[in-house]
Amino acid sequence: MTDTALLIKDVDKFYGPVDYGVHAVKKLNMDVRKGEIIALLGSSGCGKTSTLRMIAGFEAVSRGTISLAGREVQTLPPVRRNVAMAFEGYSLYPPLTVRENIAFALKASKLSQNVVDEKVAGIAKLLEIEDILGRYPSSISGGQQQRASLGRALIRDANLHLLDEPMGQLEPQLRALLRGRIKHYIRERGLTAILVTHDQTEANALADRIAVMEGGVLQQFDTPQKIKERPANLFTGTFVGEPPMNVFEASVSGSESKVAFGLKDGVRLEYPASDFSHAVRDALVKRQKVVLGIRPYSVRRSADGVTGRVAVNQWLGDQTHIAADFAGGTMVLVEHDRTELDVGQPIGIHLDPSSLHVFDGESGQAISHGQELA
Amino acid sequence: METMSPLERALRGLALTLVVVFFMFPIFWIFLMSFQTNETILAIPPSVIFTPTLSNYAALITGKLQTAAGTLDIAFMSNLGNSIFLSVASVAVSLVLGVPAAYAFARHKFRGSEDIAFTLLSFRFAPPLLVLLPLTQYFQWLGLSNTYFGLIWVYQLICLPLILWIVRGYFEDISADVEYAYRIAGHSWFATFRKIALPLAGPGIAAAGLLAFIFAWNNFVFALVLASADKQPVTVGALAFVTSSGIQYGQIAAAIVLSVTPTLALALYAQRYLVEGLSLGAVKG
Repeated sequence: MTDTALLIKDVDKFYGPVDYGVHAVKKLNMDVRKGEIIALLGSSGCGKTSTLRMIAGFEAVSRGTISLAGREVQTLPPVRRNVAMAFEGYSLYPPLTVRENIAFALKASKLSQNVVDEKVAGIAKLLEIEDILGRYPSSISGGQQQRASLGRALIRDANLHLLDEPMGQLEPQLRALLRGRIKHYIRERGLTAILVTHDQTEANALADRIAVMEGGVLQQFDTPQKIKERPANLFTGTFVGEPPMNVFEASVSGSESKVAFGLKDGVRLEYPASDFSHAVRDALVKRQKVVLGIRPYSVRRSADGVTGRVAVNQWLGDQTHIAADFAGGTMVLVEHDRTELDVGQPIGIHLDPSSLHVFDGESGQAISHGQELA
Repeated sequence: METMSPLERALRGLALTLVVVFFMFPIFWIFLMSFQTNETILAIPPSVIFTPTLSNYAALITGKLQTAAGTLDIAFMSNLGNSIFLSVASVAVSLVLGVPAAYAFARHKFRGSEDIAFTLLSFRFAPPLLVLLPLTQYFQWLGLSNTYFGLIWVYQLICLPLILWIVRGYFEDISADVEYAYRIAGHSWFATFRKIALPLAGPGIAAAGLLAFIFAWNNFVFALVLASADKQPVTVGALAFVTSSGIQYGQIAAAIVLSVTPTLALALYAQRYLVEGLSLGAVKG
């Protein structure tokens, strides 16, 4: 158990009275190994920041336990948890310079002045803030404040580093540069980090595992690749991925030789039974209603496919996004070449069975990914 | 900064002068009156040319009021001393009680916190006379009437809500994350309160303290009813200038100048902290 940095067990968070207040986090279970980088990904109000603040000790845990390095901490004040945190709102101390703000985090560790100076210089170089070390927080930009705040968290040698939207204010180029540097820095020192973000590129680039949250519930906790290829449910499937997964409600019918999906507007997709494994076929035909999902870059154009009509055709400089009216909804396709298609023009759309994600129509739980059961 | 034509600038200067004269003239006139005798004050037409005399100040400081009917003893200097003591002590007690309370109300939402805060505020809008009558009774039973302790206690009705509500606003303006960041770096909540919250809200606390001081200083009715001559502040003591043989305008003017001085000095001293408060806007998240 020594390599478990963080263990969250059956944690509930209510704002207001327990069981009657706002249920912000619902029965959360999570474990983070030492040296891992975890991303909490979700939209606003999904409970990710509440979770972070419970780990830090700024929010009381309504139910359940949180253990850091094998020690239960949910009732301890922040000072006794040995975690470092970078805040979304920067939160620098106004009367101190950037240098003092960063060095401040080391005060409790009682290092000599030389060591502190050296560490501050190192982190400032990493975050490209060497030139503003002598300035006050009120005189620097939001992005600079955010980097100073990040530096103050990263410089510490804590059990766990919590980073709340650490790069939200930065310009894209700088964000891409710092992502790489920060990841290297965390790895090099063997730090454990949890990062809260709503930016999936950031989550994919930094994290070993991503925890997708929605409505206070942990939807899926897995590697970025697994989350993309095998989304556990409809929410994860549509939330992760850009542009988002195309989804269509469908009814299923099957015989010995084929599997057919009935979509809206009388669209019917028929596949030979051999395109799916036995287990998938059995699971599919048991359901009345399912939701078909397919990622935009897996959709193919083919003359003998089902007809759709082009509604939008955009060349983004490196790829084409085509949106077509299809089966009462919109099907988005991504192609790598520039495509000459006029709006209103019919195109044939082919959905390869190996790229199809099928979700239960009621619960949204994944049934199958391509050939395999979920 | 917009550029202004010379005409606009001149008009603006004129308007500012008018406003300053309007507000400052009474004070200036009283200042002049304090150096005049009753005869020159009441002369018609009034004149700004007179032989200045320090007799008004001398009478106040020695405590001998010269009237047409003879010499009267007045306790102006001890009244002034009472005013200073009562106001300083009341504000000090209010700060000690009110600032931590304001912090608690700003940072911790607990059951009934809004109700308690509102009840404290309601002391400010209850008419003082309404609470004075029962208070007089209680104070007599408790043996608190005509004591400094009792007066300072009653003055909390004036100072405490003011400080609580103003300082609470300042605490709420400080981003909670600044405090969290300090706490997570290994400090207790009390250290955070002392090292982060108090300094950042400092200008607000200074402003609230000054305001409470002015309110306490200007209080009349509590002291009138609950204190007798030896504990009375200047506001009540000034009644002594209305004598059976006429009103001593010169001495009243001198008394006003003397009693305005401490508040004015405090305001001038606190001013730089108040201005500092305006530049701390960057604290807000």
